[in-house]
Amino acid sequence: MNWLIVMNKLLLAKSAVAGTFMPVQATEISKQVDNLYGFLVVVSFVSCAILIGGMIYFAVKYKRKTQNDKTAYITHDTRLEVLWSVIPLIVFLLVFAWGWIIYHDMRTMPTNALEIQVTGKQWAWSVDYKNGVKASEVVVPVNRDVKLILASDDVIHSFYVPSFRIKQDAVPGRYTALWFRAEKLGEFHVFCTEYCGTSHSRMLTKLRVVSQADFDKWLTEESDVSGLPLAQRGAKIFQTRACASCHSVDSPVVKVGPSLKARWGTPLNVEDGTTGVFDENYVRESVMLPQQKIAKGFPKPSPMPSFQGQLSEAEMIALIEYIKGLN
Amino acid sequence: MGHVSTGKSYINEEPGLKSWFTSLDHKRIAILYFVAVMTFFLIGGIMALLLRLELFSPNTAGSVMEHIPNFLRKAGDTPADLYNQVMTYHGAMMVFMVIVPGIPAIFGNFFLPLQIGAKDVAFPRLNLLSWYVFMAGAALAVSTFFFSKIDTGWTFYTPYSIRSGTSVVMMVVAAFIMGMSSILTGLNFIVTVHKLRAPGMTMWRMPLFCWAIYSTAIIQVLATPILAITLLLLAMERTFGVGIFDPKLGGDPVLFQHFFWFYSHPAVYIMILPAMGIISELITTYSKKTIFGYTAIAYSSIGIAAVSFFVWGHHLFVSGQSEVAGIVFSFLTMLVGVPTAIKMFNWLATLYKGSIEFRAPLLYALGFLFLFAIGGMTGVILAVTAVDVHFHDTYFVVAHFHYVMVGGTLMAIMGGLFHWFPKIFGKMHSETGAIMSWVFIFIGFNVTFFPQFILGAKGMPRRYFDYIPEYEQLNKISTVGSWLIATGFIIALITVIKGLTSGAKAPKNPWGSKTLEWHAESPPIMHNFEQDPIVTAGPYEYK
Ligand code: HEC
Ligand SMILES: [Cu+2]
Repeated sequence: MNWLIVMNKLLLAKSAVAGTFMPVQATEISKQVDNLYGFLVVVSFVSCAILIGGMIYFAVKYKRKTQNDKTAYITHDTRLEVLWSVIPLIVFLLVFAWGWIIYHDMRTMPTNALEIQVTGKQWAWSVDYKNGVKASEVVVPVNRDVKLILASDDVIHSFYVPSFRIKQDAVPGRYTALWFRAEKLGEFHVFCTEYCGTSHSRMLTKLRVVSQADFDKWLTEESDVSGLPLAQRGAKIFQTRACASCHSVDSPVVKVGPSLKARWGTPLNVEDGTTGVFDENYVRESVMLPQQKIAKGFPKPSPMPSFQGQLSEAEMIALIEYIKGLN
Repeated sequence: MGHVSTGKSYINEEPGLKSWFTSLDHKRIAILYFVAVMTFFLIGGIMALLLRLELFSPNTAGSVMEHIPNFLRKAGDTPADLYNQVMTYHGAMMVFMVIVPGIPAIFGNFFLPLQIGAKDVAFPRLNLLSWYVFMAGAALAVSTFFFSKIDTGWTFYTPYSIRSGTSVVMMVVAAFIMGMSSILTGLNFIVTVHKLRAPGMTMWRMPLFCWAIYSTAIIQVLATPILAITLLLLAMERTFGVGIFDPKLGGDPVLFQHFFWFYSHPAVYIMILPAMGIISELITTYSKKTIFGYTAIAYSSIGIAAVSFFVWGHHLFVSGQSEVAGIVFSFLTMLVGVPTAIKMFNWLATLYKGSIEFRAPLLYALGFLFLFAIGGMTGVILAVTAVDVHFHDTYFVVAHFHYVMVGGTLMAIMGGLFHWFPKIFGKMHSETGAIMSWVFIFIGFNVTFFPQFILGAKGMPRRYFDYIPEYEQLNKISTVGSWLIATGFIIALITVIKGLTSGAKAPKNPWGSKTLEWHAESPPIMHNFEQDPIVTAGPYEYK
């Protein structure tokens, strides 16, 4: 009976632990992971209490009184030793099995999931939907199985959504996958958790969970950009091609590359000393052949990737129109 | 041994600086390692402070890295690049140049022969060579600093390490050379234990520190060649493009991770087993009581050494490794937990009914138990597949391995230093100074690293130069903690220097310890013992 009360208290402590120290739980799996984690925290707490408590208790109780203290000569105690080998073993095997069950769920891809292709690239994620929509953040419908197929263009990255308790490396040369079923509407952080160089810590994006209706609406709107004014189309491309992760547009802050705010028409400032102004051709060259004229104070070779063959002429024009408008 | 001290010792028997650099005496070589390792520790520590300073607040206002003097940076390196470089050097130096060589090369070299009653290690010349090899590797590693600093993290993961435009090859060759030194030292110790034990010193009468050094030496000899070949392959990949790791050439970047951790996981035990050995010595001495479960502790060292070779895959739960592999590695990792738990309980039982004297080394040992309990349990948490998916590569992992490597190994080094200081240098240090250093290091350590568990649980990834605002509070606390640790080490340094310059002459056995090294003079003479010792009993006969 007393024992039940203790158990009950422990369970309460467990959910308190999960609530305070973990990100929101936005999927069923995240609740299961937190339950297991809460149990582990309680077990750790109890075992640390035994070890550390015991240590402090003995240290105080058997503090040296005189230099000639006699101590007990105890070399071993087989019963005790078996006990403290077997009990940890049982606990370890229990949490191992519990973890296995959840891990199996995480690793088993649902059939009929909405499939989205996510590609990591130094230092941004690009997201491709089946109907051709390209985005720099992940938008998914609520309460629906979603499978992300991960790939990488350069080095290893890792796609991590803390609120979903999921993470998977994106490895160049092969595909990996993860799945989730979001139960909460809202915006969640996506971090890159495999070290990938200069802007590793800025390789963030958002995962937006919306209703199915909003999702359908978003998807059609995105696939139908042709009706938009040129500059707005450019703004979208600036986002989806991750120019924004390296260039700021609303302040002079230097990210990986120079700020593009109010640059249009100003004199060039490049390493090789070429003179000229910041105009259509300069932007075009910067984007298509970034190694040609490197802006002063930036590393050589320039970390800016070439977009040659990736941006259509129409997209280039839209981008230029957008950058013009930043003045 | 009722003889009159002649005042001769290994320190003054041969005069002149040159005699130190050519000495074959294991004690002198230990001192050479001590000076080198402590210097690297100082540099690695300053880097740690710099990293914490950078993370004091999110990078909106500017970066600490901008204050790094120009001659130490390449034009065009952004603050983020500088942070990544400092992060890499901090990790690589602390692992390859401080914690791996630390206890075996310093205390192992000095005390293994003394504790088994030998005159020296089995191959004294090889021992000196190991030091030179180590220094050559270390010099090469440090020199990359002035060419093109590496920024791959100490793990050198491919393909980033293939692309990164920095002196990766040089650094990798440096680690290769230092690995060579590690193998030579390990070999030397294994032969020493088998061949040079004094009459009566059976294997089962060896102090547990010797058992720990012995188990470590086995891992060093078996595991280090794997690191060597892995690093060599990486160097070849970079220079010749052999196509083993580079996906562009059909290679597999994850293969590198398997190779790397096949060494580096056992290496974790290269770092912690010797520390455990020291803790056994400290706890028996300062509780004046025989060790509880001698055989269990000795066997658990060997057990850990054996199983540690089969758990590397727990670093790869989210790498794309198959589910089955994940499960198997998780299971095997749980098995390493058991011998570790056994040791913890044995130390606890040793305190029971002892006569416990609160000296600095004991405090460091108790600090070890405290921190290692937390580090060990969080290790179990990380070994659980489903939970590790969330925690992998977050600050939870950073906190965990600092709890075991700093909280474990470094606490043991400090405890060992103040325990053996009188024996090594023949002078007494100030007890107050040693205790004060413990207070600051112990408290500072927890203030620095405990918040990192919470940061990790909240999802903050590791190796981040910058973070989102919601992580700011905990990062601030962590940085303040790093200043406390620094204060602790400064106090320790002052205590050591004052002990060296003005400490009173140390008696043979100031702490009433039972192991053989305390039968030698403080400091010992060149060949350790006046008369060859004959052993008639176990190491901890506090009757
Ligand atoms: C990986 C980071 C990165 C990405 C992504 C990136 N750039 Fe850049 N960009 C740079 C860097 C660094 C420079 C400065 C060095 C140089 O001139 O190449 C630069 C330079 C430029 C310049 C010249 C600026 C000047 O002051 O001379 C323009 C224009 C530009 N980028 C536009 C773009 C556009 C448009 C995109 C998206 C299609 C883009 N960049 C994507 C990093 C990036
Ligand atoms: Cu990345």
